[in-house]
Amino acid sequence: MLLTPFEITALVLSIQVSVVAVVASLVPGIAVAWLLARCRFPGKALVDGFIHLPLVLPPVVVGYTLLVLLGRRGVLGAWLYGVFGITFAFNWKGAALASAVVSFPLLVRAIRLSLEAVDRRLEAAARTLGAGRPRVFLTVTLPLTAPGLLTGTILAFARSLGEFGATITFVSNIPGETQTLPLALYSLVQQPSGDAAAGRLVVISIVLSLAALVASELVARRVRRQIGSAA
Amino acid sequence: MIEIDLEKRLGDFQLAARFSAEGNGILALFGRSGSGKTSLVNALAGLIRPDRGRIAIDGEVLFSSAERIDRPPERRRLGYVFQEGRLFPHYSVRGNLVYGRPRSRAHDATLDFDAVVELLRLAPLLDRRPHHLSGGEKQRVAIGRALLADPRLLLMDEPLASLDFAHRAEILPFIEELRERLRIPIVYVSHAMEEIVRLADTLVLMSEGRIAAVGSVEDLTSRLDLRPLTGRFDAGAVIRATVAGADLTFGLSELSFPGGRLRVPHLGLALGTPVRVRIRARDVALALAPPAGLSILNVFAGRVLEVAEDRGTMVDVRLDVGRPDRPVMLWARVTRRSTHDLGLAPGKPIYALVKSVALDRMSFSPYSRVGEADGL
Repeated sequence: MLLTPFEITALVLSIQVSVVAVVASLVPGIAVAWLLARCRFPGKALVDGFIHLPLVLPPVVVGYTLLVLLGRRGVLGAWLYGVFGITFAFNWKGAALASAVVSFPLLVRAIRLSLEAVDRRLEAAARTLGAGRPRVFLTVTLPLTAPGLLTGTILAFARSLGEFGATITFVSNIPGETQTLPLALYSLVQQPSGDAAAGRLVVISIVLSLAALVASELVARRVRRQIGSAA
Repeated sequence: MIEIDLEKRLGDFQLAARFSAEGNGILALFGRSGSGKTSLVNALAGLIRPDRGRIAIDGEVLFSSAERIDRPPERRRLGYVFQEGRLFPHYSVRGNLVYGRPRSRAHDATLDFDAVVELLRLAPLLDRRPHHLSGGEKQRVAIGRALLADPRLLLMDEPLASLDFAHRAEILPFIEELRERLRIPIVYVSHAMEEIVRLADTLVLMSEGRIAAVGSVEDLTSRLDLRPLTGRFDAGAVIRATVAGADLTFGLSELSFPGGRLRVPHLGLALGTPVRVRIRARDVALALAPPAGLSILNVFAGRVLEVAEDRGTMVDVRLDVGRPDRPVMLWARVTRRSTHDLGLAPGKPIYALVKSVALDRMSFSPYSRVGEADGL
């Protein structure tokens, strides 16, 4: 099954947007998860709730909020453009940002659960062996969080691949720029003669999702072997 | 030199420990579970922070609430062997062992990796993962890992408690070897008297968060007032002796001590080796005259020092079976009936009978610290 240029564009863009969204979320995701799992500070419940908002809000609300804040004339958007010349409005970076925001709670939740399961006594043991806090984090905590990192990454990637509402509201549906697979499918469904092409996109989506699942299962096995326990 | 003076409130439990002891050989912290031993060791390691007090090792202050010093655990250079091993599951045995290796060139490790691997017989395990190891193997790796971090002092928190009897017997000789070959001071936490007897040079008795007594194993186990802490059922005395002969025909070793010669099952130790022997009170019988026609090989003349008054049917009698210049304390557990029949009272001449076969392998520990075992 050879792909048309239209399909290739949408497929590549989808992968690009999702990968960038997940990779860019990883470090902040770990930081926030660590903060929520290990620290006590006033307003923690509020932060926790705020992080989880995109999970419960309609994606359109998230997209519209992003538009108001980060659009070219938005409060933050105007400043970002004026000072750094960066804009998220109507380009693929905006699509990645929308995906990152809606998938962030899934990433944080998974990492946090894993962090809470890490045996703190192992961290104490590492410190008695001369490792300072940063080294303990990198060599003990983070490797033992690997299952959660993996789960979180898969969930966030899947959520990003399927992102529709926030993206179309924030950065619209521009072929070659913000038109990812779901948006392309939506466009085709709108056309009277688009059924066959839509069917092909559906198949591509299914193949892509299956490939992602299989790949993640292979990585998960490796991680389980690395950590060694029965977990 | 270990100096400890600290207070720490942990829920309903108040730890208030204060003692100082010479920091060489094995210092044993002994007490029931919940007496604060582990908390004390954790405070030493920097894993819990005392509310008040001071901790210093060899004059170096690790914690001082007055001077606002609190060295983090990674900068205390104290090796810690935990009860449950705490090996890193995501590293191989080799990875675990080298985790704490000093990494700056300026600080050269005194212990060689190969030497530690050899000492603890770890070579066949190096490429395995911790969850493929037996309990005893895990503890050997944990000991090696702590040693290779080049500590000035080794803390061991009931390293044998999670092991069954066979594995315990497997690990004990390694710990004895650490003392003999590496000369690294050890703080050893335990609630098992037989481990203490085999290992400890100095004994620190803990009870309800406080230090009840500090002294040699021999002195503290012979003190009646400490009996509730040192154990009742397993009560006994510890004596020092040297290997003085072997009776190969009958498979016996002869140990010489100020009270005479003690014949025990063959130990396989060289002549002149100092050993410490634990003789339990219930393995000692008493007689008014030297008995004849008896299977018991060890008969020592002595006198009664003290008869512990007790409400039960059993009475513990403290004896001296040594010479006037070198007293040797023994305990004998007899029935109250016998005390009455024999007329046991302080000063009464007596013969103590010790059954050789009652002294099992766990009762002995080679003891070769220079200067302490001579002149027996």
